[in-house]
Amino acid sequence: MTCEELLKALNEYVDDETALAVCQEFAEHLAGCDPCQVVVDNIRQSIALYKAGEPYPMPPEFEARLRNSLKERWQQKFGKVS
Amino acid sequence: MKIATPLVPTTDEHLIGQAAGGDFTAYQELVTRFQVRVFGVAFRIVGQRQDAEDVTQQTFLSLIEHIDSFRGESSVATWLLRIATNHALKLLRKRRGLPTVSLSGPTDDDDNYSSLPHPDFIARWSATPETLAQRAEVREQIGSALNTLDDKYRVVFVLRDIEGMSVRETAEALDLTEGTVKVRLLRARLMLREQLTRQFGDEATRLFPDHEHG
Ligand SMILES: [Zn+2]
Repeated sequence: MTCEELLKALNEYVDDETALAVCQEFAEHLAGCDPCQVVVDNIRQSIALYKAGEPYPMPPEFEARLRNSLKERWQQKFGKVS
Repeated sequence: MKIATPLVPTTDEHLIGQAAGGDFTAYQELVTRFQVRVFGVAFRIVGQRQDAEDVTQQTFLSLIEHIDSFRGESSVATWLLRIATNHALKLLRKRRGLPTVSLSGPTDDDDNYSSLPHPDFIARWSATPETLAQRAEVREQIGSALNTLDDKYRVVFVLRDIEGMSVRETAEALDLTEGTVKVRLLRARLMLREQLTRQFGDEATRLFPDHEHG
């Protein structure tokens, strides 16, 4: 496996280290190629960083407005809010 | 002593059914369950609060309009995030003065594995993602990095890697083939890796591939 081939198979490896089809060849290449190893680590870290970020909080005053407009539309469609 | 009956959590699908029959409480429960997630996806796609609020509102208004057209082919979460994503993309196109066409269209020239962006700045990060994520300026930086991606790459990354949807669910939500999702995801990951490693990589550990890539 070349660096180029490794790049194309990255997704499978990043998503599932045990994916057998690519695992063996991929692991062999990584063992002998530091740059590719670091690229794989970097991608995992990038994803982890986005996931670790707190979700954007919904502004409370928006939630109040949201609930009001949804209630209004609901009444238009169903005629009641029970 | 009286033993409390264990609460059986009502499924999202069950709530949709009740809401479709006119049960406003069930509908409100759905809004409660999904509003933070919908708002988060909207915010990451449109990149600012005001627009994210509009998209969130439109999404839950659409839920009222189409509440009886939920067929259970996908989960409620996938269905709702699909509606939210479509509203978000529509808003972006409107903001940019582009015609509102869908993402699905014919696949683009770069929806394949040739000429992938090659990693250039390769270095170990100087801190773990968990440590970095604590810092407010890092949250700004990763938000801006995400905003530099084309919409078509950003939405795939948001749904698959941030929201944790499967490749198949992402494909369903965006009306794309799984193959297109995978290649866009790879490009998004490579572009973000490049940008983030330039910011968080330790220059002293920088590596240079010992041969030219083809
Ligand atoms: Zn390599």
